[in-house]
Amino acid sequence: MWKDKAMRLLMLSAASTSIFLVVLIFIFLVKEAAPFALKPGLDALFDRQWIPVSFVQERYGILPLITGSALVTGLSMLFTIPLSVLGAIYIAEIASPVEREILKPFIELLASIPSVVLGFFGLVVLAPLIKTFFGLGTGLSALTGALLLTLMAIPTVISLSEDAIMSVPHAYKDASRALGASDLQTIFQVIIPAALPGIIAAIMLGTGRVIGETMAVLMVTGNSALMTWSPLAPVRTMTATIAAEMGEVSFGSLHYQALFWIGLVLLAVTFLLNIIAQRVLVRYGMMK
Amino acid sequence: MRRQYSEQIIYVLIRLVMYSIVLVIGYILFDIIRHGLPALSWEFVSQYPRKSGAEGGILPAIVGTLSLLVGTIAVALPLGICSAIYLSEYAEQNRFTDMIRLAIITLAGVPSIVYGLFGLGLFVLFLNFGTSILAGSLTLACMILPTIIVSSEEALRAVPRGYRDASLALGATKWETIRTNVLPYSLSGIITGSILGIGRAAGETAPILLTVAAFYLPRLPNSIFDQVMALPYHLYILATQHPEADKVLPLQYATALVLLLLVLGLSLGAIFIRIHFRKKYRW
Amino acid sequence: MVETSPFPADTEHVITARQVNFFYGATQALFDISMDIPGRRVTAFIGPSGCGKSTFLRIFNRMNDTIAGTRLEGDVRINGEDIYENGSNVVSLRRKVGMVFQKSNPFPKSIFDNVAYGPRIHGTKDRQELAEIVEKSLVRSALWDEVKDRLDTNAIGLSGGQQQRLCIARALAVGPEILLMDEPASALDPKSTIRIEDLIGELRNDYTIVIVTHNMQQAARISDYTAFFYEGRLVEFNPTKKIFTKPREKQTEDYITGRFG
Repeated sequence: MWKDKAMRLLMLSAASTSIFLVVLIFIFLVKEAAPFALKPGLDALFDRQWIPVSFVQERYGILPLITGSALVTGLSMLFTIPLSVLGAIYIAEIASPVEREILKPFIELLASIPSVVLGFFGLVVLAPLIKTFFGLGTGLSALTGALLLTLMAIPTVISLSEDAIMSVPHAYKDASRALGASDLQTIFQVIIPAALPGIIAAIMLGTGRVIGETMAVLMVTGNSALMTWSPLAPVRTMTATIAAEMGEVSFGSLHYQALFWIGLVLLAVTFLLNIIAQRVLVRYGMMK
Repeated sequence: MRRQYSEQIIYVLIRLVMYSIVLVIGYILFDIIRHGLPALSWEFVSQYPRKSGAEGGILPAIVGTLSLLVGTIAVALPLGICSAIYLSEYAEQNRFTDMIRLAIITLAGVPSIVYGLFGLGLFVLFLNFGTSILAGSLTLACMILPTIIVSSEEALRAVPRGYRDASLALGATKWETIRTNVLPYSLSGIITGSILGIGRAAGETAPILLTVAAFYLPRLPNSIFDQVMALPYHLYILATQHPEADKVLPLQYATALVLLLLVLGLSLGAIFIRIHFRKKYRW
Repeated sequence: MVETSPFPADTEHVITARQVNFFYGATQALFDISMDIPGRRVTAFIGPSGCGKSTFLRIFNRMNDTIAGTRLEGDVRINGEDIYENGSNVVSLRRKVGMVFQKSNPFPKSIFDNVAYGPRIHGTKDRQELAEIVEKSLVRSALWDEVKDRLDTNAIGLSGGQQQRLCIARALAVGPEILLMDEPASALDPKSTIRIEDLIGELRNDYTIVIVTHNMQQAARISDYTAFFYEGRLVEFNPTKKIFTKPREKQTEDYITGRFG
């Protein structure tokens, strides 16, 4: 029996690593970022300019990076939501069984394409298209990034939305049809409203992925840290800033600490989105 | 009749949306294969790069990515499977279990670049592993841990309760029951899920950017404390940092293709394993 | 007050339960059950679904322990030993007390490995010895002739009735004294059911058998003693003949004559 107890303890400690890891991630981000709060103080992060390397005056304002992330994410969700919800409806309610068996792995295939490959595709194929289409000086823009991110978010949002739609009890459908509603009316007036909490959670989880995505946006958004709301302007996201600059900073410098603050902001935002999405799922009984 | 007519239009529109998504995916794959295949050769995958990647092959990047994957598997797989065993076989419904689940959900949502920062802070600097295969593998392992736990737990839970009951009733201990009558039947599911997680690790760039990847290092690693080149990072460098990016375009495509083949190959392998094992165990 | 001893004076009681209360979380499933189960006899538990008969059965090999949040009060002894005593060994208890489940659950392994499973985990390594145990158990469960030429094939390929007899062989291979059967024939066709019942008849002289069944004819056919449970209480426990001819309790009579349940 001692062996049984030992194995239980082993499994328990393995499972506890996850808690341990979350705590460690938090601690190490805070640890590297913390000195910045004392000098120059957190006010510096709310500057409207990000000029971490300068001969005159370094500026560590992360606002333009936040607006950059917000712009790219917002645009991307604008495309992702209708495409994914309609896609999920198609797979769950309209496609024939054979079609479904083919479409689902195909969507999963999209999820497994590495983001750097999508970024590369964006750089050499999509950006020139955008450049010509809108007559821009460069195709590297918020819009280009948003389109790539849409491709990355679609698999997540489609498959989670599809789960939500599939979990709507069959009885609802039958009741609606028995009242003389057409299939389409049933879908839009009965099934979608019933699946809405799950779809909303799917969208939130998709948003979390999009905000955290790094390589694709780093390669195609043009990386200029200016505050703008124009979709055709080049922008720089929080993730791209860390990826692009961390390689060149000296460890422990203010610039280094500021990059860790960006990491903390990212962590907080994705954590909140994740937790709220889970709450929604649990609350509406859609947790598996 | 009018209503039916307008409904038909909406059906067509929804189908159009679905198939344009499929078309875009197809086009991306087609584009990379079309341009990558001509530049792909045995020399390309078996030679060292020359002139900072403008000529020659990508052998060190392939070896680097593979060694990172081996390290990642060695850490994440045992840890993930044991966690899943705890959650599926031992955990009671209490606050502690809730905390573990919350932690896993949280880990699953942490952006990959934040894993990079974490790996830099903990493995590279604090534990002083330096930028190395070790630091990179550990960082990637943290990143794919939740994927492995979730899919393994699902596979374990799919094993019918009857097997556990029968084994316990024969006087097997809990661990004997898990080892002989739960794990073997769920292995295919565990492996399938894990390979999908590992595929993700193979393609990730952000976490290795700060913890292991070398810009240009035309030799093979000697130990786990060495830096290495990696396929995704190499592609990023060729595409964005190379002074003559346009000239090396065929090499970029070929690198993208190799990376894509590696990742898709892993996924296909997972599917193959799933089919093979399904024949073996049915219930 | 329920009589606890409807037996001839020389009866040897293998299982004794005193004032057993059982809880699933906050819900009480069994109320104050006291009962003596005689050795080398067949005792049947009957009663409507949810009456607690299966729960009570699973107390004897502590299978309820595997369900989180369950709790037992009272005293349960097998051969005089308190099986719920602190430090008592569940593994050796379950070697002594075999169990056959409602849904046949052979492992997706070969027929041989299924039967050899118990002896193997209890330390028998020798292939020759294992082969003997496997053959003996399969012979006892009346399955040997049907499977002796395909011991290496997967047990999942057997028919439902064969699977259940394999599960009985698997339980016998460990060498138990007591055999608990939880509705072993409820998922089987009539022909397979008869075979299982015949098998129980053959095993009755060597094993103490406790069987839960919702089929009253079955209880009448195969058991020596019958206990009637209702809403978590033991209503009546008497020789089967008495229960089915002149039951002492009105509730028992109503149940066996089909007036409820």
